[in-house]
Amino acid sequence: MATGVFSEGRAKISERTLRTDKWWIQPLITVAVLFSFIVYATWRALENAHYYAEPLISPFYSPCLSTTCVSGSSLLGTPFGHIIVFGMVLSPAFIILIFPLGFRMTCYYYRKAYFRSFWMSPPACAVAEPHAKYTGETKAPLIVNNGHRYFFYIGLVFNTLLTIDAILAFKNPQGQWGHMSLGTVVLLLNATFLWGYSASCHSCRHAIGGRLRHFSKHPFRYKAWTVVSRLNQKHQNFAWVSLIWVAFSDFFVRMVSLHPTWNKYFF
Amino acid sequence: MARTLKLRIWRGDDKTGALQDVTVEANHGEVVLDIIHRVQATQMGDLAVRWNCKAGKCGSCSMEINGKPRLACMTQISAYGEEETITITPLRAFPVIKDLVTDVSYNYKKAMEIPAMEMPAGMKPGEPRMQQVDVERSQEFRKCIECFLCQNTCHVIRDHEENKKSFAGPRFFIRIAELDMHPLDILRNRKKTAQEEHGLGFCNITKCCTEVCPEHIKITDNAIIPMKERVADEKYDPVRWLGSKIRRREEVL
Amino acid sequence: MTLEKYKYDVVVIGAGGAGLRAAVEARDAGLSVAIVCKSLFGKAHTVMAEGGAAASMGNVNDNDNWMVHFRDTMRGGKFLNHYRMAELHAKEAPDRIWELEMWGALFDRTKEGKISQRNFGGHEYPRLAHVGDRTGLELIRTMQQRIVALQQKDQRETGDAEKNLKVFAEVTITEILKENGKVAGAYGYRRESGEEILFEAPAVVIATGGVGKTFKITSNSWEGTGDGHALALKAGANLVDMEFLQFHPTGMVWPLSVKGILVTESVRGEGGILTNSLGERFMFKYIPDVFKDKYADNPEEADRWYLDQDNNRRPPELLPRDEVARAINSEVKAGRGTEHGGVFLDVSKRLSAEVIKKRLPSMWHQFYELAGVDITKEAMEVGPTCHYVMGGVEVEPDTAAAVGVDGLFAAGEVAGGMHGSNRLGGNSLTDLLVFGRRAGMGAVEYVKSHGANPASDATIQKASAKIEAPFARTGGENAYSLHQELQEITHNLVGIIRTGAELKEAIEKIADIRKRSANISVTGDRKFNPGFHLAFDLDNMLLVAESTAKSAILREESRGGHTRDDFPGMNSTWRQVNHISSFDGEKVNIKAQELPALPKELFDLFDVHELEKYMTSEEIAKGGSK
Ligand SMILES: Cc1cc2nc3c(=O)[nH]c(=O)nc-3n(C[C@H](O)[C@H](O)[C@H](O)COP(=O)(O)OP(=O)(O)OC[C@H]3O[C@@H](n4cnc5c(N)ncnc54)[C@H](O)[C@@H]3O)c2cc1C
Ligand code: SF4
Ligand code: SF4
Ligand code: FES
Ligand code: FES
Repeated sequence: MATGVFSEGRAKISERTLRTDKWWIQPLITVAVLFSFIVYATWRALENAHYYAEPLISPFYSPCLSTTCVSGSSLLGTPFGHIIVFGMVLSPAFIILIFPLGFRMTCYYYRKAYFRSFWMSPPACAVAEPHAKYTGETKAPLIVNNGHRYFFYIGLVFNTLLTIDAILAFKNPQGQWGHMSLGTVVLLLNATFLWGYSASCHSCRHAIGGRLRHFSKHPFRYKAWTVVSRLNQKHQNFAWVSLIWVAFSDFFVRMVSLHPTWNKYFF
Repeated sequence: MARTLKLRIWRGDDKTGALQDVTVEANHGEVVLDIIHRVQATQMGDLAVRWNCKAGKCGSCSMEINGKPRLACMTQISAYGEEETITITPLRAFPVIKDLVTDVSYNYKKAMEIPAMEMPAGMKPGEPRMQQVDVERSQEFRKCIECFLCQNTCHVIRDHEENKKSFAGPRFFIRIAELDMHPLDILRNRKKTAQEEHGLGFCNITKCCTEVCPEHIKITDNAIIPMKERVADEKYDPVRWLGSKIRRREEVL
Repeated sequence: MTLEKYKYDVVVIGAGGAGLRAAVEARDAGLSVAIVCKSLFGKAHTVMAEGGAAASMGNVNDNDNWMVHFRDTMRGGKFLNHYRMAELHAKEAPDRIWELEMWGALFDRTKEGKISQRNFGGHEYPRLAHVGDRTGLELIRTMQQRIVALQQKDQRETGDAEKNLKVFAEVTITEILKENGKVAGAYGYRRESGEEILFEAPAVVIATGGVGKTFKITSNSWEGTGDGHALALKAGANLVDMEFLQFHPTGMVWPLSVKGILVTESVRGEGGILTNSLGERFMFKYIPDVFKDKYADNPEEADRWYLDQDNNRRPPELLPRDEVARAINSEVKAGRGTEHGGVFLDVSKRLSAEVIKKRLPSMWHQFYELAGVDITKEAMEVGPTCHYVMGGVEVEPDTAAAVGVDGLFAAGEVAGGMHGSNRLGGNSLTDLLVFGRRAGMGAVEYVKSHGANPASDATIQKASAKIEAPFARTGGENAYSLHQELQEITHNLVGIIRTGAELKEAIEKIADIRKRSANISVTGDRKFNPGFHLAFDLDNMLLVAESTAKSAILREESRGGHTRDDFPGMNSTWRQVNHISSFDGEKVNIKAQELPALPKELFDLFDVHELEKYMTSEEIAKGGSK
């Protein structure tokens, strides 16, 4: 039985959409960027090497929690020991990547991005989607998206750790403080973008003040809410910059670990 | 100043219909609704179209122009190229009545399902005191002119007729949000019913409603997502759920 | 064709502010009510009101009270108002606004959390409750939601939401049915299907709004075709003072697509100034004597007023609408207008872009999106546009009962008397609520004391035959072109400035179109056919235009919304005269009727010297009636 725009009673128009603009470009770009990121991240996680170049650690591997981690990279110790899956040593990246992944998978903005581009539900506004049935986020597994706030809290922990990583980057390879290199800048920006991403998060906006009914009784939280609300309008931008920059930071650390001289020191 | 405009207008009813080619004069500064009126007065006396204010205030003239849900009285023809043919069809999420007029009764049915605002018992006219900052969020939603473009573009019902029974649609999510954020409304189960009766969970925040809203209401960012978060407070947050069992949080906030 | 039939206690024609308020009142009293409207529910012309609703709540300036409001209203109407309506309105308006708030309206607030009030032309104190510049939308949505709330209550109690209160959207009423000389119901057709529909009810409330579509340039929506005025006339009721039409001074004149659309008065209230093509701020030249002590005569004082309203006189841009409209008209006629026949209105000089967007959001939006004009940077081009009809159905003030027809009531813009010769901005929205409620009460009272009055088959048949007629003809006149002709005539000959000779010409031409309109034919079938709809609307507009032209030719003076080039002054003897239109089946007849005199207690609210400007010495000597 025909459903959607072809349902009984609706105007008989055979096209799925009559849009004349290039509506498919946006989802295409999203797919391209997200897909490249996934491929790159998976490859790097599997590589299980070149993630630490004193004092720089790749954000993909921080904190490094397994005993396979190279020395110096485990800020929080190594509570996990070796993790063996199918007879192979699991890369420590997988232990932690799952959290940022969960954070982003449940992010309100990324939901829009992947529902539109990967799932085509809908691919663009007023363009008929290809699915016969749709239940949205009312059932498992997508109902998990309602727990976004937990990933947000965990995200804050990661932001803190990655900020510490950036501060540690004020050391030189010999472990002396008071130096600064290209790597310092890269990791500082990385932390900044991630904080921006978290601070502009919708769950954050809700927790800071959105859940209140009487702003007038909480002037301080109201002020904070207005600030977060302003950031929130840029959440999409933070989502993309922080994603791309995390990958770039990892790439940079990898290159430095292969060619230590690439990490130019300013002082 | 005048130019000749090529149009394709969908004409028909709930059984049959087709796009018909029309050529018509247009003047500088005119909107699509002006053009439709000219077609009506000169070529198709019985072309059905709904409109009222011609000032973007009543939300009657909703239709799809080149496939995009729009108000005809707010769409300048200068936005289209000289050679372009403009395609005009009725809304495609609702049953068509005739030509550009659709049956939007779905929306009125949904409006009926949302319990009205209730003032605290014993409050008398003239007594309410509300601060501007406390009413501003709800005021944004009350800008809605009920054009139903958001309803029309929402894929949950546009692409799935069967969801209509369990989904209120973005227009009514902002209504629920408006009431839930109202400083005085005493009905406090709106979050729960939003999720359980009005189908908030169907929305996958793909934001098409916000994209088409002629009043530029931030439907998703300011109403749907905050409502989803409020629902999470009540239904998906064990910590807060427990807290609310121990003390009545609502009163405190 | 099967005829849809309904029985109700009360039928309300019109779902604008007035109609909905009447329906709520009647339903609250336990009666069954049908609301009938031409467009979808919630789209009535009331949504377009921008500035606000006037009520002397005294939230911003506590010197305000009903007496000050009453005085302002009478002054604005040049003392031609029915005093009792102005009195009831001033007294009850605050309650009607507060009641809206109880039903969910969210007005802008003062610091203390009360309803904020803004300045408006002709009002002595800040008095207009508002929501940004979309007050009408707030009003209609609140009333709409109140109706829904009542239906939900019925749903809970009876299991059927629409049993006792139902909205019939997209239905046009073409006739008020009468039996035994009393109202028996209303007859019309569904716009969607073209099928006929009958409502039997002992009481009918007309709340159909205005007549703007009779004119070429108007701020009104298509619904403003004077249906209620014509329905009432045909049912045997009277219209009072139809010569008074308000031309809003600031309609957009450019670009074309937005011609006629209103620029709210709040643009001037917030500091907009009017200049001509020479760059002169010309309003200082046009302050009439009666207003000399209230309005600043130099730009410096006018500018100071925005900061200190107690020690300065207000800028002349805020004079009552008729004055400003005439001033603009004179400037344009003197060749100092813009290229498109208007003048400039500019807020960008005084206010920052941010403030403009905050205080006048929908104005900014409207200009930016409809016209590509950014009012935070450039001036708007404005000129007079037909906006409001002061004249209307003659009613008993307390019950809103139409004089001369038992069971008929009228409220809102369609009713006459309240605003005299000129309406103050913001007074209409509260008029809708005050008299909408009173019409509801009047209908309840009437139904309770009179009971049902069924319509006979013959009456129904006659109403039906009229609807069939245009389909029976072929090759007759085209409704669209007749409508255009009518608009040309009214615009040129019955417009803002009138002369006896032109009015005479207009009356003849209107009669001619009326003759031809009897021969209108319609193409296509009955289903949602705008040509067919227009044929009926046109008939109503013709009656209204005739009534206006005929009243105007008799009134040999200029007052409020009626300006005669051949009789430029205001005349105190004419102030005692109302023009009453009635319809004999062929043509509209006008008779002069004496205006009820101010009772002593209201008379004493004024300074005698002020009254001397309006009243004859005998009236002053009498000092008001007992
Ligand atoms: C642009 C603009 C701005 C304004 N701003 C203000 C302001 O700031 N403050 C203020 O106080 N006033 C303002 N006014 C005036 C005010 O809005 C109107 O006077 C008022 O809304 C009229 O309301 P109403 O209830 O009488 O009728 P309307 O709101 O006009 O409603 C008429 C109803 O009658 C129905 N109807 C008509 N004919 C028929 C028929 N034959 N059969 C069935 N139904 C019919 C229509 O469908 C409609 O539902 C403004 C007007 C305009 C045009
Ligand atoms: S964001 Fe949600 S409500 Fe809005 S159009 Fe998308 S699915 Fe529908
Ligand atoms: S929310 Fe916006 S798009 Fe939806 S009905 Fe209201 S005005 Fe229209
Ligand atoms: S991180 Fe995107 S919404 Fe929370
Ligand atoms: S006609 Fe009112 S919004 Fe277009």
